[in-house]
Amino acid sequence: MQRPHVHPYIPNAVPEIKREMMQQIGIKNIDELYADVPKKFLINRKLNLPEPISEHEIKEHVEALLRRNKSTMNMPTFLGAGCWSHHVPAVVDNIVSRTEFLTSYTPYQPEVSQGMLQAMFEYQSMICELTALDVANSSMYDWASALGEAVRMAVRINNRAEVIVPKIIHPERYSTLQTYVEPLKMKIKPVGYNRETGLLDLEGLKHQVSENTAAVYIENPSYLGFVETQAEEIAQIAHDKTALFIVGVDPTSLGILKPPGEYGADIVIGEGQPLGNHLNYGGPLLGLFACRGEMELIRQMPGRIIGMTTTHSGDKTGFCMALQTREQHIRRERATSNICTNEALCAVASASYLALLGPQGLKELGEITMTKTQYAMQELTKIKGVKAPLFEAPHVKEFTVNFDKTGKRVRALHQALLKQHGVHGGKDVSKEFPELGQTALYCVTEVHSRMDIDRLVLALRKILRGRR
Amino acid sequence: MFQQARWDEPVIFKLGGRGRRGCDLPSVEDEISKLTGIVADRLPRTIKRNQLPNLPELSEVEVVRHFIRLSQMNYGVDLGFYPLGSCTMKYNPKINDLLATSISELHPYQDESTAQGILEILYTLSRWLAEITGTSEVSLQPSAGAHGELLGALIMRACHRFNGDAEKRTELIVPDSAHGTNPASGTMAGFKVVVVPSNRNGCVDLRALKAAVSERTAGLMLTNPNTLGIFEEEIDEIAEAVHKAGGLLYYDGANLNAIMDKVRPGDMGFDIVHMNLHKTFGTPHGGGGPGAGPIGVCKELTKFLPVPQIAYDKKRRRYFLDYDRRESIGKVRSFYGNVAVLLRAYAYILSMGGEGLEEAAEISVLNANYLTKQLKEIRGFDLPYAEGRPRKHECVFSAKPMFKETGVRALDVAKRILDYGMHSPTTYFPLIVEEALMIEPTESVEKEELDRFVDVLKQISNEAYTNPDLVKKAPYNTAVTRLDEVKASHPKTMALSWRMHQKRNIIKDAGP
Repeated sequence: MQRPHVHPYIPNAVPEIKREMMQQIGIKNIDELYADVPKKFLINRKLNLPEPISEHEIKEHVEALLRRNKSTMNMPTFLGAGCWSHHVPAVVDNIVSRTEFLTSYTPYQPEVSQGMLQAMFEYQSMICELTALDVANSSMYDWASALGEAVRMAVRINNRAEVIVPKIIHPERYSTLQTYVEPLKMKIKPVGYNRETGLLDLEGLKHQVSENTAAVYIENPSYLGFVETQAEEIAQIAHDKTALFIVGVDPTSLGILKPPGEYGADIVIGEGQPLGNHLNYGGPLLGLFACRGEMELIRQMPGRIIGMTTTHSGDKTGFCMALQTREQHIRRERATSNICTNEALCAVASASYLALLGPQGLKELGEITMTKTQYAMQELTKIKGVKAPLFEAPHVKEFTVNFDKTGKRVRALHQALLKQHGVHGGKDVSKEFPELGQTALYCVTEVHSRMDIDRLVLALRKILRGRR
Repeated sequence: MFQQARWDEPVIFKLGGRGRRGCDLPSVEDEISKLTGIVADRLPRTIKRNQLPNLPELSEVEVVRHFIRLSQMNYGVDLGFYPLGSCTMKYNPKINDLLATSISELHPYQDESTAQGILEILYTLSRWLAEITGTSEVSLQPSAGAHGELLGALIMRACHRFNGDAEKRTELIVPDSAHGTNPASGTMAGFKVVVVPSNRNGCVDLRALKAAVSERTAGLMLTNPNTLGIFEEEIDEIAEAVHKAGGLLYYDGANLNAIMDKVRPGDMGFDIVHMNLHKTFGTPHGGGGPGAGPIGVCKELTKFLPVPQIAYDKKRRRYFLDYDRRESIGKVRSFYGNVAVLLRAYAYILSMGGEGLEEAAEISVLNANYLTKQLKEIRGFDLPYAEGRPRKHECVFSAKPMFKETGVRALDVAKRILDYGMHSPTTYFPLIVEEALMIEPTESVEKEELDRFVDVLKQISNEAYTNPDLVKKAPYNTAVTRLDEVKASHPKTMALSWRMHQKRNIIKDAGP
C-alpha cells in the first residue's frame, strides 16, 4: 500500500492547503520559489537516501540494530577514562524529558524562558559551591574543549605563549588542547611525574615554569585515578610566576576532595557527565567551567553566563543572559569564544542531580566510590602477578592495574575477560604510557557491587591460571 | 488570552531543610567496609574537603516540584509557534527521544565487537549526510554548529599548511550578513577576518568579493540561502572567485532546511559544510544544547578530518573506529560526538526519507513566503532587500517605519508577541537590517497558526499606532514582566551565582 502523501510532521503538506497557500502568494508551482537557484545546481535525480517508513517500522529497525550492542547493563564494565557509569536517579530523567525544557531554544527572550534560565543559574551556582569559585558559565561541550578554552582564556589575560600540563593527562584532552591552541602558536610543555607516587614532579615544574607561562594545568583526580596531593604547592609555583592555575576535575570527587578554589585555582574545568548524565556512547558530555570572581577574569570567560536581575518595575527577581558582550552574536570576531549552542539540558540534569544528592549525598558518593575502589585494588593485587594501583597515592574511583608480572598483554587478557566471562575490563593504557608496561585503567563507582568486583577478580584468576 | 505559569518559585538554595535528601545511594557491602573502613577519611589533610559543599537539602518530592514548576515557566516548540529566525525550531519527533534512551548505558571505550549496532547507525548517518550535502565524507564529532565551524576553519588551515601555503593564507572572508559565529570561529582558528558588504539584493557583492580575494585568502564562509532568507544566486561566480584565488569555500549549514534535496552545497562548489542536526534534522535543542554540528568535506579534505572516523571493513564485515589517519587535525572534543543527538537524526531521516526531506524544504519555504506576503501589508513593517524575489525558509522584516512613527521598536514588538502565546522572531539580526525581525516558520506549523501570527502582528501594529506605551511595556502575560538586562551585566549589580549574590547582596531579592 502506498504511504499517505501527508507526512505527520508537516501539517501544510495536504494538497488542498498547499494549493490554497500557493494561490495566495501567486504561484502555480513550488518550483517557482526556487527560480533563483541556478538551473545547473538543481538536483534532477533521486538521492541515495532511504524510503520513508512508519513510526512502528522505525522503532523495529532501530531497536533491532541496537540489540547488536552489549551495554554496561549486560556486562560488568570497568571503563571510565572521561565517561563514567553512575546511577542516574529517575527524577533526573523525568525532569530533562519535560518538553518545555527539551524543545526550547537558547533563552533569548528571558520573560518567557524563566524556567530554563533559573535552572541554569542554579546549575552555575552549584558548580561554584563545589569548586569554591564565584563564577561558572552555563556549560562547554566537554572537559576536553573546556581545557582548550581555559588555556585560550589564560592567554587573553596574560598574553603569554606557553602552557604547562602534566605528562599524565587524558590523551584525548591533550589532543583537543593541541587543536585549540595551535592557531595561537603556543607551546605545550609536559611535566613528568614521580614514578612511585604518580604525583607531579615539582622540581621539573619549577624548571619549566617561567615568565612565558600563561597557565599551569593539572587534573585532580588525575587521568590515572590518583589524587594530586601537592595541589597547593603547584598553585604557589604557578602564581610565583603570575601564571594562572587551571585545575580539571571529576566533580563527583568534590564531596570529599578539597575544592580547587581553596587551593589556589584560578580556573576550574571538568566533566559534568557523571553528575546525572548517562554514558550515551560518549556524548553529549558536559564541560564545566568556573573561575574566580574578578572582573579581569570574568570579562575573558567563554560561553554563556546567566545572571540574576529584577524586572524593570523592580518588584520581582528574574534571570537573563549576562555579559553577552563577550559573546559571538554581539562581539563577532572579537568574541571570547565562538561557542553558541552548548550543553544546557545536561546542565539542568546536573543541577537536579546535585539537588537530589545534597551536600551529604555528594560526600557519601565520594566515600562509597573510594571505598569500593580500594576494595577492588586490594582484591586485584591478591592475584599473582597483578599490581593495583601502580602509584602510592590515594585513588578516588579510577586506578591503574599492571599485568607485567603475569607475562600477559592487557589486550589478550581483556579479550578473554570479555569473550569467556562476559566482563569488560578497563581501558588499555599501555600504548599511551609505554613506560608503565602492560597497564590498564580501571574504574569502580557506586554502581559496581561487590559481586561485580569479585566476578572480575575470579575471572582474571581463571584466565591467568589458564582455565575457562 | 495567553497566560504563562507564574510560580514565584524561589531559588533552590532557599528551599528544603536540614537533613533532607532526595536520593539514596547503593550502600557499601559490609564485607567491603570491614576490610577497608571509610577510605576517604584517610585522605591527607592537604587535599581533604573539610566543609560540606553548600548545596540545598531537599526531599525527592521537593526537587521534583521545583523543577517541574520551572519547566512550566519555559516556552518550547511543544507549546506553540516558535518562529525564531535562523534557529529552525521545527517539531522534535517523540519517537526519536524514546529511541535515544536505548543507548544510555553504552560506554565509548567498549570493545567494538559490543557496539556494532550503534556504529552501524553512525556510519549510515554519516553516509546519508554526505549524500544530502554533496560531500565526500562526514565527521559526526562537532557538538554544535559553531564547533563544526571551528573544525572547518581548522581544516582550511591544515589544508593550506599541507600545501605549504599557511603562512601566506591568513585571511578568512565573511559577508556582513553572516552569523556571529562565522567571524568568531575564524578568529579562533587564527585567521584575520575580512568582511565583505552585501549588495542591494542583500547578497554578497561580487565586485567587492573579487576585490577582497587575493593570495592571502584562506577561504570564504557563506550561508546560502543567506540570513535574509535570500538565495545567493551568483553562487557559481562567488565559488569561482574564491577558488581561483586558491581559497576554500565553507558552507554554514544553519539554513540548510530550505534546500534539502533541492540543491546541494557540494554541487554549488562548497568544500566544507556543517549541518545543525538540532535545526535541520529535528533533534530537540534542549534550551541551548546538546546539539550536533557534523561537517562534510570534499574528497581532497577528508584526510584532515578529526580522529576517529567511523569506517566499515568490508572484508571482515564489521564497523570500526579508524584512528589511522596521518594528516588528521587531531581532536576537537572527547570521543565521537553527541551520539544521543546523532541517533535522533538518524531516526528522523528514516521517517522522512529523501522525499520527505524535500517536502520539508518546500513547505518551509512556502510557509515563509506565505507569511512574507501578508506581513508586508501590515503598517510599520518593511521588507528590505531584493524586492519581489521569493524568500526561502525565512524572511527579515524591519520595524524601522514603526519605530520612526511611534517609538515602538523591534524589541517591543518581540516582547508583545510573547503576550499572545507565541515565541518572538530573532531580533536585531542580521546586522544589515535596522530594527530587524527575522521570521522562520519552518514546515512544522499549520496554516491556521500562520494566519493567527499574521493577526497578532496586525493587532500589535494597531496597538503601536494607538497606544504605543502598551507595546513598549510588554510583556504582561509571561512568568515575569520585562527584565532589566543591563542590571544583570553591570559590574556593580551583577549576581552571576548564588555565592556571588550572597557575598554582594546588591540585587534586592524581591522574590518570594
